[in-house]
Amino acid sequence: MKSFKKVLAVVLSVIMVCGLLAACGGGAANTGKGDDGAKVVAGLICLHDENSTYDANFIKAFKEACESIGLKEGETYFVTTGVPEGQECYEEACNMAERGCNVVFADSFGHEDYMIEAAKEYPDVQFCHATGTKAHTEGLDNYHNAFADIFQGRFLAGVAAGMKLNEMIEAGEITADKAVMGYVGAFTYAEVISGYTSFYLGAKYMCPSVTMKVTFTGSWYDETKEKEGAQSLISSGCVLISQHADSMGAPTACETAGVPDISYNGSTVDSCPNTFIVSSRIDWAPYYKYCFDCVKNATAIDTDWTGTIETGSVVLTDVNEKAAAAGTADKIAEVSKAIQDGSLQVFDTTTFTVGGKALDSYMADVDTDPAYEGDTEVIENGAFQESKFRSAPYFDVQIDGIELLDTAF
Amino acid sequence: MNKEPLFHITRNSNIKWYKAWIIRAIAIILALILCGIITSMTTGLNPIGVYGTMIDGVFGTSRRIWMLLQNMAILLCISLALAPAFKMKFWNLGGDGQSLMGALGAAAVMILLGDRLPSGLLIIVMIVVSILCGIIWAVIPAFFKAVFNTNETLFTLMMNYVAIQLVAFFVIVWEVPRGSGKIGIINQNTQAGWFPSLFGSKYMINLLVVIILTVLIYVYMNYTKHGYELAVVGESEATAKYVGIKTKRVVIRTMVLSGALCGIAGLLLVGGSEHTLTTTLVDGRGFTGVMVAWLAKFNPLVMILTTFLLVFLDRGATEITTIYGLNDSFGAIITGIILFFILGSEFFLNYRIAFRKSGKEAA
Repeated sequence: MKSFKKVLAVVLSVIMVCGLLAACGGGAANTGKGDDGAKVVAGLICLHDENSTYDANFIKAFKEACESIGLKEGETYFVTTGVPEGQECYEEACNMAERGCNVVFADSFGHEDYMIEAAKEYPDVQFCHATGTKAHTEGLDNYHNAFADIFQGRFLAGVAAGMKLNEMIEAGEITADKAVMGYVGAFTYAEVISGYTSFYLGAKYMCPSVTMKVTFTGSWYDETKEKEGAQSLISSGCVLISQHADSMGAPTACETAGVPDISYNGSTVDSCPNTFIVSSRIDWAPYYKYCFDCVKNATAIDTDWTGTIETGSVVLTDVNEKAAAAGTADKIAEVSKAIQDGSLQVFDTTTFTVGGKALDSYMADVDTDPAYEGDTEVIENGAFQESKFRSAPYFDVQIDGIELLDTAF
Repeated sequence: MNKEPLFHITRNSNIKWYKAWIIRAIAIILALILCGIITSMTTGLNPIGVYGTMIDGVFGTSRRIWMLLQNMAILLCISLALAPAFKMKFWNLGGDGQSLMGALGAAAVMILLGDRLPSGLLIIVMIVVSILCGIIWAVIPAFFKAVFNTNETLFTLMMNYVAIQLVAFFVIVWEVPRGSGKIGIINQNTQAGWFPSLFGSKYMINLLVVIILTVLIYVYMNYTKHGYELAVVGESEATAKYVGIKTKRVVIRTMVLSGALCGIAGLLLVGGSEHTLTTTLVDGRGFTGVMVAWLAKFNPLVMILTTFLLVFLDRGATEITTIYGLNDSFGAIITGIILFFILGSEFFLNYRIAFRKSGKEAA
């Protein structure tokens, strides 16, 4: 056993020496490759892998954008999955920079602070964070946020839901006052509130008597909870379900129960051929391509980029004719045009009330702070101007007609 | 018809140390070969290249080496906490919860007192609070075990869930922005309560603390009366009572130590590296630590090796999924196979298989 201890002592000292070497060698690997400007090397950091509909949506768009400019996986573009919202994200972002990436993306909201830390350390590398809120106040040249006007996509999906409800009412399956939708949300967070409210307003645009019940899972990805949430909504009388959470939980619960579902982040028609109607999603490929162009031409990336229907960032999947009401696709195209030319505003204050009254002034928490202080007037031109003052949604008003069964702040 | 079975298994407790290491080496080589076959069958990649990428992912840059050391430090710290308890045959499965409570304590101090105390004093308060939190979470099941003889396995396990729910509650209290369910980096601009860099590295303090703890626990378990007493309690409680060891006191005392070390692990996580609080902060290390401690037979110095093995596999697996564009599960499969072989080799270290002699069969 004595010699064994000696071996251990050697191992222990080797580890310490390793540590000291690592301490001395810090920073040597940063060779500033990105200077030539022409060559893009890109990295994407994901919270989960492709099994999450949310991450799959990012990964797919990223690969598409990378391959469109001839990048190769493992050589000139990299995807790291399963990176938690902690120090690991910072380290992986720096790792990407050391692999030679000149633009690094992260997909999860909780990655933001760690991306900022990495951006401070590598000023020559561009760090782009989807769904974040801090870029416009952080003052870093190489840190950027991006989001899209997904509330418009939700509204369009809502139109499809409203038409389905009308069809059910006409067919005598339900009465107009039983047009109750259910919604499985993740957190009682602005992004989710904005999403379900615009969805609801879209449905109401078509079916004025609609009401909605919302339940929250308190997690962005929890298949069991999402499934149970959908099931309990269905059993409490909801005749149509939609969700803002990232697993297949709600769609599969709907397929089992035979209840129509408006999905999110992408089509779920393969698993749910009988109940999937349509899904809105953000297509991130236009943003990635835009960033690649900026890196190539050495121009600045927008601090706070908002994708729109025009940029191709807000998209709807194909309508599943088997489950949708007749004429859904045409109606969606028509409303989409109205949104684009500005004749229809999603959060038009004449279309909803808060506590029985019209909303004519609202101070939103656009500049994130621990006191959640409202700092910007967002009601303009008769509508709540979502994603105008910051790309990430800030609509967090509880409007009439939507009942929150629980909350998860 | 008194036929002897084909083989029988006997205990083999006094195997020579070099033989033991040969068996372990064979196990690892076999595991690597099997992983290689599976890799080339399922992905068509060259397994040698894959192993090279794994090594590069762990040692390739100074940053990666530091990540290895930092991850080793935290896992080792929690494993060190578990070792004395397990040696005493107190099945402390609450390492996750105890560490999480330590993290909660440290985070609470950083958030609530961050702008009221000078940084040095703040860190001292963090140390005290997180160690206390860890101790409280460990002593509750220890007390019930000592006084009412409750089942500590279940008790410590349940305490994990209580800790997770408590953290979930406070994450919502301190979340920024509202409704987002995350705290983000605490004191990102002031860096109040962050451990300072030492010799140019953020993680040096974590590393040094854990190296010192490793030596201390080694000495404690092998060369002190306390260490001897807990070993006796573990071997036989009746013997311990017979020779006059106050077993209840030993149980509680050892769990205080266990909880304190877990509290330190939580402190190192919050103050030294993550600077945030989430329910998944500890990441199951309280359970991985059980494997680390068992594989090393509770020898803190050997635990350095087993920690290295587990962290190496974990970080290497991440690298291969990134470089080759594979699914996360692929890394898990490789890790699983290697661990299976290593755990399996322990069987051949503890038992000998004797085959039936063919001559006997003829007779």
